[in-house]
Amino acid sequence: MRYLPLTPEDRTDMLARVGVSSIDDLFADIPAKVRQTELPDLPRAKGEMEVERILGRMAARNVSASSVPFFVGAGAYKHHVPASVDHLIQRSEFLTSYTPYQPEIAQGTLQYLYEFQTQVAMLTGMDVANASMYDGSTGTGEAVLMAHRVTKRRKAVLSGGLHPHYREVVETLGRFADDRIVSLAPDVRATEDILGAIDDETSCVVVQSPDVYGNLRDLRPIAEKAHAHGALLVAVFTEAMSLGLVESPGAQGADIVVGEGQSIGNPLTFGGPYVGLFATREKYIRQMPGRLCGETVDAEGKRGYVLTLSTREQHIRRDKATSNICTNSGLCCLAFTIHMSLLGEAGLRRTAETCHANAVLLADALGAVPGVEVLNETFFNEFTLKVPGRAADVIEKLAARGVLGGVPVSRLAPGRVELEGLILVASTEVNSDEDRAAYAKALKEVLS
Amino acid sequence: MTMNREGRGATAPETHEVHQDHGTFTGNRALRIEEALLFEIGRPEVTGVDLPEPPKVTKRLGALERKAPINLPGLSEPEAVRHYVRLSRHNYSIDNGIFPLGSCTMKHNPRLNEKMARLPGFGDVHPLQPQSTVPGAIELISELSRWLIELTGMTAVAMSPKAGAHGELCGMMAIKAALDARGETRKVVLVPDSAHGTNPATAALIGFQVKSVPARADGTVDPAEVVSRVGPDVAAIMLTNPNTCGLFERDVVEIAKAIHDAGGYFYCDGANFNAIVGKARVGDLGVDAMHINLHKTFSTPHGGGGPGAGPVVLSQRLAAYAPRPLVVADGKDVTLLEDAEGGAKHSIGRMTAFHGQMGMYVRALSYMLSHGSDGLRQASEDAVLNANYIRACLQDLYSAPAGDRPCMHEILFDDSFLEGTGITTLDLAKAMIDEGFHPMTVYFPLVVHGAMLIEPTESESRASLDLFIAAMRDLAMAAKAGDTARFKEAPRYAPRRRLDETRAARAPKLRWTAPEPWKAEAAE
Repeated sequence: MRYLPLTPEDRTDMLARVGVSSIDDLFADIPAKVRQTELPDLPRAKGEMEVERILGRMAARNVSASSVPFFVGAGAYKHHVPASVDHLIQRSEFLTSYTPYQPEIAQGTLQYLYEFQTQVAMLTGMDVANASMYDGSTGTGEAVLMAHRVTKRRKAVLSGGLHPHYREVVETLGRFADDRIVSLAPDVRATEDILGAIDDETSCVVVQSPDVYGNLRDLRPIAEKAHAHGALLVAVFTEAMSLGLVESPGAQGADIVVGEGQSIGNPLTFGGPYVGLFATREKYIRQMPGRLCGETVDAEGKRGYVLTLSTREQHIRRDKATSNICTNSGLCCLAFTIHMSLLGEAGLRRTAETCHANAVLLADALGAVPGVEVLNETFFNEFTLKVPGRAADVIEKLAARGVLGGVPVSRLAPGRVELEGLILVASTEVNSDEDRAAYAKALKEVLS
Repeated sequence: MTMNREGRGATAPETHEVHQDHGTFTGNRALRIEEALLFEIGRPEVTGVDLPEPPKVTKRLGALERKAPINLPGLSEPEAVRHYVRLSRHNYSIDNGIFPLGSCTMKHNPRLNEKMARLPGFGDVHPLQPQSTVPGAIELISELSRWLIELTGMTAVAMSPKAGAHGELCGMMAIKAALDARGETRKVVLVPDSAHGTNPATAALIGFQVKSVPARADGTVDPAEVVSRVGPDVAAIMLTNPNTCGLFERDVVEIAKAIHDAGGYFYCDGANFNAIVGKARVGDLGVDAMHINLHKTFSTPHGGGGPGAGPVVLSQRLAAYAPRPLVVADGKDVTLLEDAEGGAKHSIGRMTAFHGQMGMYVRALSYMLSHGSDGLRQASEDAVLNANYIRACLQDLYSAPAGDRPCMHEILFDDSFLEGTGITTLDLAKAMIDEGFHPMTVYFPLVVHGAMLIEPTESESRASLDLFIAAMRDLAMAAKAGDTARFKEAPRYAPRRRLDETRAARAPKLRWTAPEPWKAEAAE
């Protein structure tokens, strides 16, 4: 077995050194009646070639995003990632290291986490960011729990523009933590009365912008109303690229900003692993979940970095911790921070402008198809399309014509008749004129 | 004793003449080069990504277009590559040497798995593209589920939890939901003192009260202690097995019976599952739910602290409460159930957007297919043998709370052998860094004083173990001989000397900020 260095002779010698006659002597604590004597009923070891063949066959059954005109978003986006990003994250010293608990020999990880935290804070317009959460949705759940700790209240209000998966994650947590979660109805055109839902019991109001239907929401009046009632504004985003072109949530008064960072540096990978971004105001840092990296000095006075404020965390505080989270998304943070440092301000701005411009062109092309309507007044790179009939059927027919045209809203929010004709359509810098033309042509055919 | 010292310097360290360290003008040390922060070398106008001019359109951003610049620094590609390569060289890694962190399972990460995860059919598919366009992705999840169920002897597996602690949350929510369905409100969860911090944190997160269970002198749980604590208010016990002292809970079947007889559930922390794959099935031990850290047992890379993956296997009693999405195999048919609202009466709901850590699933299945049932069992046996070999070769100099008892995949020492030396567990760990090793887990578990938990894994050759053992013996003898400075001043040869963690926590500096111009001028 290519991954196991011990030879049969090694094993014999080592057993003798240990002072037992067989390997089973070392497993003697497992009660005999539950000890497994037969091999599990699974295939035997295989060489690289055979494993590649098996997994290659499975992979080949899937339609990859790069192989077709591709417009699927709704929380995960197909962007171009520079080749150097994937090369660098596979450096042994990054890929095969652990959480930096021994900082003297983990300065590489710690410094990039410090840089990551700084980039996320700048991007979101906040004071500080943590070293990542699992993804945007679980980060949103943690943001609500944090708001409960800060305000000592237990009622969260969720906008109807919040991604339904995110809403469900918050609701699941809330149900088990005995918190009150008030979820407003799906709000396709950003017309809900969220200000009216905020009262003196509200711990936080959770608003996504661009929202799941693509609308940009002005967070300022919501922040004002929330603050007037002693509540926090949790601002959510699922498309990190939007922050390159849209006013930051921090500048609009958010208290916690949380979102999905996949768009920068990370491939689609069928939904994970991704990287949750989490930022807040300085005054709340001791209530933050997750790992934090901070600057310090070593015994010679040289600048260095360590994990810090760990008295918030489970390995120190156990049942009094701010969160049960242990693992973060280390390598996905690294991909994010490398891609972001390659982009810089100039590259981020240009990529975001290209995403937006491509989406505008696409909206115009699809809106011109008879019977089709673009519902948004504002959007960044994703908008809602109303089609005649069931959107899910339209998407399947488009797929049969080789176009992955978006996400039927019914897939995210099933059982709501009024949403059955809606498709979320996303465009990024990877889409070409030909892709757009192919989509418009296929849509026309499908609907005629 | 016969020890393979091949590869070590032939000269004992004390015979070296110690040269005074004059330092260097640059602060660099040959191959180890200091690297400034990104924000000190990058410039907002520089980019390492060339993109065509965006099409000219009328923007539809309303009044919300960003007005002020962010000032994010950019790097050209050569600058970026150099920045990150230099940073990487300030890290220790498994590929560089033994990484014996107990409970963390730092085994070799096969590169085949990286290649497989990057196949376009896995890496470049969207979680919400039509299911008809991703049958192979669903097949992969189903196949991995089948392996996990077979290896554990359980009924179902919830794949979506993102990491171990998230899996614990999933399992404990399922237990709470099952109690709710029985119309019972049980508030107490029993957690042994030796447990990972995530166990009590998870239980508390969803409103349980944590009650501790003391350990026997060797770190195992006495079923009598469980029996005396169970009752109508006890929802579950959370037990790690093999436990964090590196021992198999030999009374696990009795413990399971005690909790079941009292109407509670048995949550097993699967962090140490890697010791018993192919040797025992947790379903046979009476477990109701257990998370499996794919990044430990099935070798998906730790990546400097994540991403992980924490699928949860469930017993018949809890299977109905699995979260959505869920992949269900019925004979030849494999279905991906996404809907958390309708048709899933008992499901605890959704724990994350999308389907979980697909990239980790591919790597884990690649690892399993490569090992096969025979290789997986051999890996467990080798991991246990390697740990016992270290135990046997160090036990005359180090102090093991469990005495001569064989361990599982990790060996726990306490600091009583250092008594009177003035040297602490932390000092020893830092001295190991100077010798070229990553230290073991220190000060965990909390049940022994100055804990040192060593987990070599099956990936270490005998030669590698012998080098490690020889160094550990030298260090113990140096400590006992009063060579205190070696320990107190360590690490001397790492990229940084000991870092001031108190200072970092007292006045937290969690991000770079631009120096204020007047300060920069004053400093000149």
